[in-house]
Amino acid sequence: MSASAVIFYILSVFILATGLLAVTTGKIFRSAIWLLFSLTGVAGLYFWLQMEFIAAVQIVVYVGGIVVLILFSIFLTQRSGKEMPAPVRGRVLLSALAACAGAVLTYTLIRHYPFKPSLHPAMEAGVANIGMQLLSTSEHGYLLPFEVVSILLLAAMIGCIVIAIKTKPGEK
Amino acid sequence: MNEIPLTHILFVSTALFFIGAYGLFTRRNLITMLMSIELILNSVNINFIAFNKYLYPDKLDGVFFTLFIIAIAAAEAAVAIAIIINLYRNLHSIDVEQTEEMKF
Repeated sequence: MSASAVIFYILSVFILATGLLAVTTGKIFRSAIWLLFSLTGVAGLYFWLQMEFIAAVQIVVYVGGIVVLILFSIFLTQRSGKEMPAPVRGRVLLSALAACAGAVLTYTLIRHYPFKPSLHPAMEAGVANIGMQLLSTSEHGYLLPFEVVSILLLAAMIGCIVIAIKTKPGEK
Repeated sequence: MNEIPLTHILFVSTALFFIGAYGLFTRRNLITMLMSIELILNSVNINFIAFNKYLYPDKLDGVFFTLFIIAIAAAEAAVAIAIIINLYRNLHSIDVEQTEEMKF
């Protein structure tokens, strides 16, 4: 087994273990920190797959943006040191059973599916190629989805302000 | 990279998806449910990148889908947290069992 394979398995175990801790730990603040580690591990997996741009976006948006947002919302709404009430035991058992059954079923299907790689020469997934195709108006360009997503982000931003703005008591 | 078969990467993403689903089933707190959704979205992103890298290395469509999913996940998290904060302001709780304001 080469160093690359060892790195892949270490990253996989890291992602899955921290992900599992994020959904099972009792304190909500710890849960957010485990989620942060799991997302960083996914970014490492993208680096391992030689998708440096996606890894950078993952770190900037998920680790730097979403997790920080979640931490702020925890500080605003929860007592972060307090244990959350444990879920009912029956629900835990049934959920674990459902999740395991789903995972086994899906993985059985995946393992027997013959994946056929395309035989065309590989294209370098560098920032230059990604940028050219993302903003291209030709047949395989992604300019229209790019603009739609920018409008969606604007709408989400305005929507957040409208939803979370504080109304004075009395006027509703 | 080529010595790892694609199915091993797909196993990681499958396991991550069902870990997220387990969290979504068991947790009853809106913020932790949001975290589970982030895990699920990440497993989908791993799938897109792995398929792009292994099966269609001549194309970049998986990269674009991942980028758009990340952008939409950011928007979704922001709106969800605005709703959670507003809900907390009105009900002083973000437990899904107690949020029945819209029930009629």
